[in-house]
Amino acid sequence: MVTITELHKYGKTKFIMPGTAACPGCPLQVGMRQLAMALDGKFAMVIPAGCSSVIPGVAPYTAYTVPVLHVPFASSPAVASGLVRAVKQRGVNGPVVVWAGDGATADIGFAALSGAAYRDEDILYVMADNEAYMNTGIQASGTTSWMAWTTTSPRGKTEDKKDVALIMLMHKVPYVATASIAYPMDFIDKVRRAMQIKGFKFIHLHAPCPPGWKMDDSYTVRAARLAVETGAWILWEYNQGKLIISPPSIPYRDKSRRKPLEDYIKIQGRFAHLKPEDIKVMEEKIDRQWDLILKLAEII
Amino acid sequence: MSSQVPLAKQVRKVLVGDHAVAEAVRLAKVNIVSAYPITPQTLIVERISEMIERGELRADYVRVESEFAALATVYGAAAGGARAFTATSSHGLFYMYEMLWWAAASRVPLVMAVVTRALGPPWNIHDEHTDILAMRDSGWIIGMAQNVQEAFDMTLTAFKISEDERVLLPVAVGLDGFILSHTAEPLDVPSQEDVDAWLPPRNPRIPYVIEPGGEAITMGNLPGNDVYHAILKKYMDESMESAKKVIAEVYDEYGKLTGRNYGPLTECYRCSDAKYLAVSMGAWSGDIMNAIDRLRNEGYSIGLLRIRYVRPFPEEDISGWINGMRGIIVFDRDYSAGMGGVLAGEINGLVPNNVSFEGVLAGLGGFDVSADEFKAIMRDFVDKTEREGLVRIRKYWYIPKIER
Ligand code: SF4
Repeated sequence: MVTITELHKYGKTKFIMPGTAACPGCPLQVGMRQLAMALDGKFAMVIPAGCSSVIPGVAPYTAYTVPVLHVPFASSPAVASGLVRAVKQRGVNGPVVVWAGDGATADIGFAALSGAAYRDEDILYVMADNEAYMNTGIQASGTTSWMAWTTTSPRGKTEDKKDVALIMLMHKVPYVATASIAYPMDFIDKVRRAMQIKGFKFIHLHAPCPPGWKMDDSYTVRAARLAVETGAWILWEYNQGKLIISPPSIPYRDKSRRKPLEDYIKIQGRFAHLKPEDIKVMEEKIDRQWDLILKLAEII
Repeated sequence: MSSQVPLAKQVRKVLVGDHAVAEAVRLAKVNIVSAYPITPQTLIVERISEMIERGELRADYVRVESEFAALATVYGAAAGGARAFTATSSHGLFYMYEMLWWAAASRVPLVMAVVTRALGPPWNIHDEHTDILAMRDSGWIIGMAQNVQEAFDMTLTAFKISEDERVLLPVAVGLDGFILSHTAEPLDVPSQEDVDAWLPPRNPRIPYVIEPGGEAITMGNLPGNDVYHAILKKYMDESMESAKKVIAEVYDEYGKLTGRNYGPLTECYRCSDAKYLAVSMGAWSGDIMNAIDRLRNEGYSIGLLRIRYVRPFPEEDISGWINGMRGIIVFDRDYSAGMGGVLAGEINGLVPNNVSFEGVLAGLGGFDVSADEFKAIMRDFVDKTEREGLVRIRKYWYIPKIER
């Protein structure tokens, strides 16, 4: 377990240099900084099209302090497969991490993701899920929540959120976890545990995005925490044969300890049009998800 | 092709074109191969997998889920400092289209065999050059082999050309589907020691290497200035121009090594005293040469200019050969809709108005054109010019009668 004292040594370390092109309150910068802390800043990153290809600012400069290959939208798992094999052949053993958004992962890049997972490529894939195509201006993605407003779902999205982490679990890879930018210690521990393992590691990182979710810039971490506290986002970890609920989510196995879902919903403008009966349906979906994860934790 | 006394020890083998390409990949000691099957390319990746299983090639073999991933994987491998190879054809090549551009503009060395094939609909696995010619604006160096020996030589030399600091562009080696890919011909293969001495392992740091813990370089993020993008394209163009010189040098060296020097970007057959020039690329050039021999016996003064590399475009060579000719006839096994033959389109602009010109569209979808037919088409063109003085036919669809 990582401790606060240990992380203090990174207090002044800038893994992402100041002056980026990110919006105020951007969850990706928060998450990427946590990733860099977990790996002590020593890794190579493959980034497909998305906010994270714009955030580092303009060439020939970059705000990222690790080597980065920016690649086409659908290609990152395949590019990382080639990259990691090449550096290994040359005797270099550091981690190769794909840092990708939900569109690149759950939608356009899904075939390549599935291919890399089933080949058990020795990479860590972090899907930073801000629940829409934010870089092109908030269009619905496969992981956009049910009923959420986006510019391509003006009355609320009619499809359910694609459960990418569970789909990855069924690829029989050694490590799959969910994480949240509001729980850095949990995320950092997960990255570090994942890096102990050779093979394909997948982390689904929940990353609330102020402009995309239509909420105040200062609400990023609050929204991420409320997602966990209301049970809407469940933190779990599958590590080589065993699935467990992660410590921050443990209390919320018990439904009575969860905060009211409205607390999470009402700070987000994208759910402003929801009727009480919609919120009830959403609650039922959350209960079913908990049932599923708890049952999986019993049998796996 | 001129012959010299080779320095290298060579053994004669009989291989189909696809296996000849695999043989060159083995001798080049490629580090990473990505593989996705598509007819008629499949024999290449199958043979390479056997070579790796037998320990004849120590490479990582990545069985990817699509051609898009095949190119993305070798692109990642090349950015990580490895010598990388993949192969494709037709629809597979088109599925890679986005990555073609990304790989070329990233300026990492790569080699890919393109076994040419028609594009559907309708489904058609037979030969056509439309697929490889659709790559022509992407920044790849593009060659087309005439026979199995050249498919082998072109693949081996491609690594040297691609990795040259003055070039750093990916190279596509084209070979005609089935006509070369699945036809066995004898070829001479140099020994591993001789190839090793001629083609050292890839320098991973040229042009750059992305590696964990390495220098915090970044490849592909937004340019700070719109003009920056244009400058990068200009650099690419300069590389294409210097590739002409590098290809010539590499073939010169390779000629000394193996005794086979084709000439760099083009090869001209019976051209020096010719009054008419046929232009073609790929395997059917052999049949055209045969037709030219027979026309020569009948007193027709004609030669064949064979385009070996479509990119960089051998403009100077072509203009040089056209100079003083009475007529140019271009054979295209491809079609650019709304325009006509791609080679005819590119060459047309180099042909002066007082010189006869005909662009022939033939062999699309793989239909055979015999030496007799080539002979008749060329003879008609020459006769017409001699009769009328000047002929300008932008596109002539040569389509044999079929029974319906
Ligand atoms: S749109 Fe959202 S994820 Fe993208 S840069 Fe802005 S805050 Fe970050």
